[in-house]
Amino acid sequence: MPLIDLANPSRFLALSGRLLPWLSAATLLAFAFGIAQVIGAPNDYQQGATAKIMYIHVPSAWLSMFIWGTMSIAALGTLVWRHPLADVAAKAAAPIGAALTLQCLVTGMLWGRPMWGTYWVWDGRLTSVLVLFLMYLGVLALWRTIEEPSRAARAVAVLTLVGAINLPIIKFSVDWWSTLHQPSSVLRLGGPAMHSSILIPLLVMALAFFLLFLTLHLGAMRNEIMRRRVRTLMLMQADAAAGR
Amino acid sequence: MTAFAALLLRDMRLAVRVGGGALVGVLFFLLVVTIVPFAIGPDLALLARIGPAILWLGALLASLLGLDRLIAADHEDGSLDLILAARTPLELTMATKAVAHWLTTGLPLVAATPLLGLLLNLDPTATGAVALTLAAGTPALTFIGLVGAALTVALRRGGLLLAVLILPLTIPVLIFGVAASNAAIVGPIPFGTPFTILCALTLMSAVIGPIAAAAALRQGLD
Repeated sequence: MPLIDLANPSRFLALSGRLLPWLSAATLLAFAFGIAQVIGAPNDYQQGATAKIMYIHVPSAWLSMFIWGTMSIAALGTLVWRHPLADVAAKAAAPIGAALTLQCLVTGMLWGRPMWGTYWVWDGRLTSVLVLFLMYLGVLALWRTIEEPSRAARAVAVLTLVGAINLPIIKFSVDWWSTLHQPSSVLRLGGPAMHSSILIPLLVMALAFFLLFLTLHLGAMRNEIMRRRVRTLMLMQADAAAGR
Repeated sequence: MTAFAALLLRDMRLAVRVGGGALVGVLFFLLVVTIVPFAIGPDLALLARIGPAILWLGALLASLLGLDRLIAADHEDGSLDLILAARTPLELTMATKAVAHWLTTGLPLVAATPLLGLLLNLDPTATGAVALTLAAGTPALTFIGLVGAALTVALRRGGLLLAVLILPLTIPVLIFGVAASNAAIVGPIPFGTPFTILCALTLMSAVIGPIAAAAALRQGLD
């Protein structure tokens, strides 16, 4: 079955319906394994067990940027390649990305209060992630403002691509501006600066959150396709009632 | 007369006529600068310290206000269809409209800055620095706002949504504008460092803004 068959909504619904239970099971397993790893991981010598918020905070941060990247590729799919399901993918990903960004901000605040003594500081990394969250909210607002789905999709696609400029700023903000936030420890030249006993649980939790995103995203895409079908049916019903 | 000059003159004439809103932006700027001391208190030292920030915020909000009518007005009376159907590239027509908007809204803000600097107890160096950064930064606000105006063109109540969409993108301009102003007044860093970054932001938005606005218009109206 060639990849282009996935562009057909009915085929996509059939395939994703078969895939979703397996993805859900894989997500649960990954989280179980990840949580076991986190519990077994060593405590930080300075921060104690509180440092384990990192295992939620860092994957949320990575995913919040990754999801905006996914939305950007979907935006290109809408504008450039006119893929039929690209806008469904973008619309389904936006709330998940917003929630994960909020989770990153909140866990960061809860971690910062005992560690730095403050819930918030206006440094480069926190500010640019807050701006990312505001942009997610703007995208969600735009989806709900334009009634017709395909017109809304094209408007949101342009906005998503313009907002993608923020992603490299977030990634490199901790290196460009001296900040309270920890500088890059994993994705940097010279390899990760973390010991494997902490890095491995982090990567497992990142995988678990990634599978969670895939599961939720696939489910949300199915919901969106069905929502549009309901809308079409309602429009046809209104047309019939009006005698057209 | 070239097409761009014609469009530029048309937009500027419309802006200065009744209902155009050219000088209302300056009035709003003045009002914002006036009400801030009511909220903060008349402490002159404090006002002088945050003066550049107040001026920049006022200029940002005043720029945002006029943007939702920039393209929507043409959409309503049908001239947008003529612009879309013309032979001139849509990106360049969008850039021309942005330039006209800046000349009638942004530039008066910059001209009003010295007077408002007096209200905020800023000394001549500070006022000059703020005016210079505003002159370099308000085009960026207009070009970025152009994207929001194109996205919300067909909406009936698009003004607030436009602000919601555009403000996160204008934050870097605000950061570097105020940083440059403060660098000229007190800062250890030289004025040139944030100022050149501000100019870079303006130049980048001058390219990205019209291209994104044209894409948004093409996609959003068919």
